[in-house]
Amino acid sequence: MTMHDTKIKLSDETERHTLTVLVDNEAGVLARVVGLFSGRGYNIESLTVAEVDPMARTSRITIVTSGTPDVIEQIEAQLRRLVPTHKVTNWTSADTGIEREMALVKVSGTGEKRVEALRMADAFRARPVDTTHSSFVFEITGSPHKIDSFVDLMRPLGLVDVSRTGVAAISRGPEAM
Amino acid sequence: MDKDDTLQQALAAQAAPDAMLGAMNGTMTGAQMVIQALRDQGVTHIFGYPGGAVLPIYDALFQVEGITHVLVRHEQGAVHAAEGYARSTGKPGVVLVTSGPGATNAVTGLTDALMDSIPLVVLTGQVPSHLIGTDAFQECDTVGITRPCTKHNWLVKHVGDLSRVLHEAFQIATTGRPGPVVVDIPKDVQFQTGSYIGPQAVHHRTYKPKTDPDLGAIVRAVEMMAAAKKPVFYTGGGIINSGPEASALLRELVDLTGFPVTSTLMGLGAFPAARPEWLGMLGMHGTWEANHAMHDCDLMICLGARFDDRVTGLVKKFSPDSKKIHLDIDASQINKIVRVDLPIVADATKALREMVRFWKAQKHKVDAPALKEWWQQIDHWRTKKSLGYRNSETIIKPQYAIDRLYALTKHRDVYVTTEVGQHQMWAAQRFHFQEPNRWMTSGGLGTMGYGLPAALGVQMAHPDALVIDIAGEASIQMCMQEMSTALQYDLPVKIFILNNEYMGMVRQWQELLHGKRYSHSYSEALPDFVKLADAFGCVGLRADKPSELDDKIQEMISVRRPVLFDCRVDPTENCYPMIPSGAAHNDMILSPDDGGEISDAGKMLV
Repeated sequence: MTMHDTKIKLSDETERHTLTVLVDNEAGVLARVVGLFSGRGYNIESLTVAEVDPMARTSRITIVTSGTPDVIEQIEAQLRRLVPTHKVTNWTSADTGIEREMALVKVSGTGEKRVEALRMADAFRARPVDTTHSSFVFEITGSPHKIDSFVDLMRPLGLVDVSRTGVAAISRGPEAM
Repeated sequence: MDKDDTLQQALAAQAAPDAMLGAMNGTMTGAQMVIQALRDQGVTHIFGYPGGAVLPIYDALFQVEGITHVLVRHEQGAVHAAEGYARSTGKPGVVLVTSGPGATNAVTGLTDALMDSIPLVVLTGQVPSHLIGTDAFQECDTVGITRPCTKHNWLVKHVGDLSRVLHEAFQIATTGRPGPVVVDIPKDVQFQTGSYIGPQAVHHRTYKPKTDPDLGAIVRAVEMMAAAKKPVFYTGGGIINSGPEASALLRELVDLTGFPVTSTLMGLGAFPAARPEWLGMLGMHGTWEANHAMHDCDLMICLGARFDDRVTGLVKKFSPDSKKIHLDIDASQINKIVRVDLPIVADATKALREMVRFWKAQKHKVDAPALKEWWQQIDHWRTKKSLGYRNSETIIKPQYAIDRLYALTKHRDVYVTTEVGQHQMWAAQRFHFQEPNRWMTSGGLGTMGYGLPAALGVQMAHPDALVIDIAGEASIQMCMQEMSTALQYDLPVKIFILNNEYMGMVRQWQELLHGKRYSHSYSEALPDFVKLADAFGCVGLRADKPSELDDKIQEMISVRRPVLFDCRVDPTENCYPMIPSGAAHNDMILSPDDGGEISDAGKMLV
């Protein structure tokens, strides 16, 4: 599934974009990024962060945000302005990225619903990672849209809890971001 | 580090002679590194206030020569003083305050400097590392609190990082778009010893501001200028921040083109107000000709300004028929408020130098007949005389007071600071500046209480100059404790209060928008400013009548001491011309008789 799939028109003007910010992993860097979004009134739909190169001390922050094209342009410019920022990439505009999200989905039930849940999970290539007589925890990976669909299908089948990682993104082909 | 080690090092540091600084193979305490870094960065003045968490730095400061410390009376005053120092010299302002309240009191000044792009390096003490996070005495999360009001900030946890961070702090504060930075230094780090490295050894991993213009954009810009029929230069604080050469190049570009020039509040002085191309300030209280030229132009050349809401008025109706060139050192300002046709991300000096060079090299000529017609239109707008007012023989009009202050001081080496409100706008409209770095005012944040401490910083840098804080009676009370600082350091600043017994701009808006219900805008229980000046050891003067104004101003100038001048002015006067909230540039009101119906949408705006 390509980035193109997340370019959902939320309204006439608002678009959803996936951005990656490569930053120096210094104290408070996540607070700077998050504070920029809250301070300037931008949305964060999901956010994923982890150190990706311990030797170079760089962390990669992937943010799904929404706004008008003007606002998205401002968000990118403001992120580039932060002192610890190495690079900012907009996967949605560039249309060259792959994005994935992982979720853990807990379903509780017995009988027919339990069987149906397992059958659905199989169709979505979700894998049970914890099983009891009355519950499953499924691990599912895919686009946020796919996870939304899976969670919706599990709801009538005894959905108890959902934990999502937010989106991770990377470019296609041999190059780095 | 345990307490015994810390104590031992403290004692060793105290015992060491000041020659220890910079010696001993670059090994020194954190406190000594701070002083050494300041020296290596060419710092000669710092503004500060001691406290428990910065005592080691104050101790190191005590043992060196060559750095003058100005003891303020409140940390807000220290930051504004450093801003005044920075804006009048082009050098960074340096502040030293303690943890907790020392840091929180600095927050207004930091935000002010961030909004107006003023380079500051603010050093804050912090509780010792092992107490961080324990709600210790005078502890606060300084880097957390100051993160949104600084360009960057650091908490230094290891003495080995300290000298690098200090040099990075100066680099980040002064390069690219300037701004304030905070370095928070725990007390134990100040006592620890480590290796000092000089500024040359520091190269930032990520911070590399772009300052060179794209030459293709410069070529297009001069082509657009040559083709323009109704051009206008709209200049801002970026020209001042870029240094005096940018102002000189702007003048040269106007020599070459003959285009009219207007400026934001922040940019006054970059272009001489005495020159015929000068239209006056633009925006909410700008001149009729400046705002109409902006509205009707076919080419807007924005140089180091950021389309602030005080400048644009209603964005939807902002200069609807023009092509726009936007030069800014900060890429995030491009297309933020107004979409432009040609962005140039660069330092103003470098970009202007190339514009002048390409204009000459490509032998560009202006469209002379069109420009002549454009000037005729501008001259017609000028006949409105939008800064006019009706003078009085019995009561001092605030406009008259500024006019006389200007007339009696303009031949001197004069610097002006202001507080915030009507007096600030009258000063901006009527005190004409010919050179950059002469005008210090809180533009973006609009900080009442800015003017007096800023004036002290200016006077510190320019001991022989005439430094005037044009003030209001409400604003001046916000940082007036700094009169005591003026006395201590023999800083003969002149505080010229336009005393109308109101928070005048609040009252003006209540008159226009809130049915003349003057809710809490009357300055009741005012002090006797003349006696107050006396109590502070300064000189108090008062003028009640227009006839005595000149003599009193002369007296203010001639006495070489700090003066508090209580100029009693007409309490009912309003500041015109004005673009009401939510209106366009060509929809100005010139006087109360103009009606000026303000829309409901306009009332929602600030």
